[in-house]
Amino acid sequence: MNLFAAIGRVFLLFLRETGALAVFAGDAVTGCIRPPLYWALIGKQMMRIGYFSLPVVGLTAFFTGGVLALQIYNGASRYGAETFVPVVVLVGITRELGPVIAGLMVAGRVAAAIAAEIGTMRVTEQIDALTTLATNPIKYLVVPRLVAAVVSMPILVAIADCIGVLGGYIASTQGLGFNAHLYLSNTVDNVTYNDVSSGLIKAAVFGFIIALMGCYNGFRSKGGAQGVGAATTTAVVSASILLLAANYILTNLLFVK
Amino acid sequence: MAGGSAKVELKGVKKRFGDKVVLDGVDLRIDHGESLVVIGGSGTGKSVMIKCVLGILKPDEGQIFVDGKEVTRLRGRARDAVLRKFGMLFQNSALFDSLPVWENVAFGLIQGRGMARDKAHEMAIEKLGKVGLGPEVGALSPAELSGGMQKRVGLARAIAADPEIIFFDEPTTGLDPIMADVINDLIVTTVRDVGATTLSITHDMVSARKIASRIAMLYQGRIIWQGPTAAIDNSGNPFVEQFIHGRAEGPIKMEVRR
Ligand SMILES: Nc1ncnc2c1ncn2[C@@H]1O[C@H](COP(=O)(O)OP(=O)(O)OP(=O)(O)O)[C@@H](O)[C@H]1O
Ligand SMILES: [Mg+2]
Repeated sequence: MNLFAAIGRVFLLFLRETGALAVFAGDAVTGCIRPPLYWALIGKQMMRIGYFSLPVVGLTAFFTGGVLALQIYNGASRYGAETFVPVVVLVGITRELGPVIAGLMVAGRVAAAIAAEIGTMRVTEQIDALTTLATNPIKYLVVPRLVAAVVSMPILVAIADCIGVLGGYIASTQGLGFNAHLYLSNTVDNVTYNDVSSGLIKAAVFGFIIALMGCYNGFRSKGGAQGVGAATTTAVVSASILLLAANYILTNLLFVK
Repeated sequence: MAGGSAKVELKGVKKRFGDKVVLDGVDLRIDHGESLVVIGGSGTGKSVMIKCVLGILKPDEGQIFVDGKEVTRLRGRARDAVLRKFGMLFQNSALFDSLPVWENVAFGLIQGRGMARDKAHEMAIEKLGKVGLGPEVGALSPAELSGGMQKRVGLARAIAADPEIIFFDEPTTGLDPIMADVINDLIVTTVRDVGATTLSITHDMVSARKIASRIAMLYQGRIIWQGPTAAIDNSGNPFVEQFIHGRAEGPIKMEVRR
């Protein structure tokens, strides 16, 4: 076995995979802008992707905010800089932790559910049946999930931001002896449009990645229950990794001048 | 061959999966208004053949014509327009498990033709009646039905939009003999009253004799015999003879190790 041949084969496989994903994403995006749009399905998916993710996203945001306050207090008190706790919690949650934590939780929940559902439809020929009923499966299955995820993720993250800051507030005032009134005014004075909006932009991109990876892996699954299981795993792992990579790129674009 | 014009025609269609050749140059025409039955052993590529016609699978070689126009490489809207002429019963029904039974049946009416939902509901219940299912079944989910009931819902879905061409992939498999005969009658009347062109796949020779105006046999990726239904008993073809009499001995070797 020739080493170069092996490397070449892996490289070609990589190109084929990225090419297939790019074609799929292109089809999905053009599907979003060409009628018909299935509004009822978009609404249903917003419930499933956005609304039902609220508990898990809210809880993780709450504890993350609390832990953030504790750790920053711990670090800042070495320099007598405790007064910065509210600001750092606010910036940390809105810029990074809100979108990333919510994104990862939703990736685990939603990318898996989408891949399992669409994958099952694929292996039981339901997607072929859609085609024969002259309904484009991309428009009927992918577009509603994509639109719903892109719209609901920013809303989810906005809520997660509030709950995360609340978590920091409760940890600080109950555990660390901060003055409640001061903490609040310190937080409110330091909210900036850029911090919040950058987080929401990230959220929308994460929503796109999550739905895309769920749908793409579902569509490609083959061979029964085992195939669907593999697609589900791949969907979650690839969505999470792509999400973190995209976060790095977006942070560069949004903050590093 | 009958004088009618070809509704669907396959010319030299080849399809392989990896090294495995499934279709090896299929030539077949289905004339307007005829009821063709394709017989053949399990795994000979009957389902693959109709999936090629519908464009679910892309043939490696060959051409497919519908109403005289080549459809082999159509995409997007042009393909949807052709598919609107078709109804299809999948071998394993392929019902949408996220939708109730009636919406499965009405799917082509609502999504494909933009019919209002209550009108489509009415039509769906009527079609369910034709396959022997009462209106109460309409509200159930497909997972709550038996295999034979699912097959009949799939049948109702295939005929719901009164398509010009209907493909039935094993319409009577898994049904009791009486219901199988009801379904045979339904296929016969659909062809006669609506003027539909049908292609049915079956292993059930009773059903084949009843619904077919012509029978074709697929073996090793080719059509090895075709002729009017009446000619099947003296085809003079040893493969056909063996198949219709269901003998283990003969030119068709089943790949079983003893
Ligand atoms: N998507 C696929 N990928 C790989 N091989 C396939 C695929 N679909 C079908 N085959 C193979 O093609 C051959 C023909 O399959 P097909 O489903 O057409 O058989 P059939 O004639 O309909 O049989 P049956 O009467 O049992 O339904 C089989 O050997 C099957 O393994
Ligand atoms: Mg089959």
